[in-house]
Amino acid sequence: METLLEILKDIKPGVNFEEEKHLATGGILRSFDILSLIAEIGEEMDVEIPVENVTPEHFESLESIMALIEQSRE
Amino acid sequence: MNTVLDFLEGSAAKYPDRQAYEDDKKLLTFTETRNLARRAGMALQEKIGAEKKPVVVYLDKSVECIVSFFGAVYSGNFYCPLDTEMPLERVKIIMQVLQPAAVITDLAHRNTAREFSGDALLLLYEELILTEASDAILGGIKEKITEQDPLYVLFTSGSTGVPKGVLLNHRVVVNYMEWLSETFDLSCEDVFGNQAPFYFDVSIHDIYGAAYFGAKTVIIPRYMFGFPAKLIGYLNEKRISTFLWVPSAMGIIARLKAFRAVRPEYLRHAMFAGEVFPRKQLDYWRENLPDVIYANLYGPTETYVCTAYVMTGEEEEGVPLPIGKPVSNTQALILDEEGRAVPAGETGELCIRGSCLALGYYNNPERTAASFVQNPQHCLYPDRIYHTGDLVRLDENGDLIYISRKDFQIKHMGYRIELGEIENAVRNVPGIEDCACTYRTDRQRIVLYYEGKEYPQNELLEAVGKRLPEYMIPGQIVYMEALPRNLNGKIDRAGLAGK
Repeated sequence: METLLEILKDIKPGVNFEEEKHLATGGILRSFDILSLIAEIGEEMDVEIPVENVTPEHFESLESIMALIEQSRE
Repeated sequence: MNTVLDFLEGSAAKYPDRQAYEDDKKLLTFTETRNLARRAGMALQEKIGAEKKPVVVYLDKSVECIVSFFGAVYSGNFYCPLDTEMPLERVKIIMQVLQPAAVITDLAHRNTAREFSGDALLLLYEELILTEASDAILGGIKEKITEQDPLYVLFTSGSTGVPKGVLLNHRVVVNYMEWLSETFDLSCEDVFGNQAPFYFDVSIHDIYGAAYFGAKTVIIPRYMFGFPAKLIGYLNEKRISTFLWVPSAMGIIARLKAFRAVRPEYLRHAMFAGEVFPRKQLDYWRENLPDVIYANLYGPTETYVCTAYVMTGEEEEGVPLPIGKPVSNTQALILDEEGRAVPAGETGELCIRGSCLALGYYNNPERTAASFVQNPQHCLYPDRIYHTGDLVRLDENGDLIYISRKDFQIKHMGYRIELGEIENAVRNVPGIEDCACTYRTDRQRIVLYYEGKEYPQNELLEAVGKRLPEYMIPGQIVYMEALPRNLNGKIDRAGLAGK
């Protein structure tokens, strides 16, 4: 979780990721942020996220992104 | 056809019940669009007259915006779309330059609009469309509108910190649509997929493409552009057959290799503009969708689209994609610092003349005179050219190749940004002594370097966010005890790279 939080803070400084629950549909994470996030997750956490799973509901909160990472690891 | 009203009237007569404009909440036919726009136009002319004055449209991106744009034109005025997410301070600066006669907003944004509308009449969209339209009055106004009259004003980033209002006339849009029709096989069967915000000129293609061709324009919800598989599913659901997007919007599909999951079934034309499209990403599209026609459109806001390159499939690998040849009734000159044409194949500044040229900067004659200048090659009669600030050269096929910017202007996510405007905003933060911005193209990130009082990142971003739109907010901030400087005291921008 800490690595993910660091990645997110690097991509989008100034957002309270622990609290925010509408990162995707609320327009906080924009298209290029999502792309950067997926690339960073790949590089830093060695996890490839299948494009089918790159959907708004998986990117709404810190927890949902973490769950997606776990799911992609399996 | 001389004005955009001719587009809409023509399509409403020919295809009255065809779907014209759709957003995530509403769908309008051509007849509905025309009738609503005429009602709005009627109300507007009653309130502010038909005086060729600017009307601000302050609404969330929607079909209502399009109705309001046409409404402003029906009323004998012109429009300026303002982003409802733009920081109020920037809106206020724009309002000072624009001094509009009216602001069209809705109940949802009325309170915010009150804070900046000043002397302008504040009008509610919900009320405007209740007015009964008079054929005699609107017909009389329409007769007096010529192709040379202003159609819209869009504000772009200005290096002095004050955004510039670029004013374009009907002729630019009519000329573009005629060229589009001659160059591509577009018809009333097409569905345009809109990506660009309405305050960004790329969207002109979508706003008026539907009306010109009798086609349909679907406003794609913005959040979809972060989710490629969902986006492609949406293109299929709406049967989108053509689009003009910024390359970053297409690039995300390539970078996540989204065609593995789903492919666009109806797409026939993929056009892009606003920034350089990395070849690898474009090649991914072409390999997966070889039957689609791809076109690279180029033009600063001051010339709308002035050159274009339609891909032939025989492009050399690993070289930049050309920006092509001028559109109809347009000429591209490549000039050196003294205003002389450079020898064939050599690099010079791209200067544009012809029907695509803006009227100038609104309420800024000095800036207009500085940017739209007499063609140095024809001094015996008035002949305006626009200096784009872009360095180009001609290749062996006579296509223009973009080399780089002359100044500190960058393209970020398709937006044209003067780094100077960001720097000015940062310098206004108390305690900050100086700063400089660079752009990391590899990560598509604006990097801010500053000296003076060290701020927690959040605080600095919050302060800067009050003056700048979101796309201009730096993605990386570096505090420095002292910025590197050249012998002449200027910030050494080259020395900042890698810090």
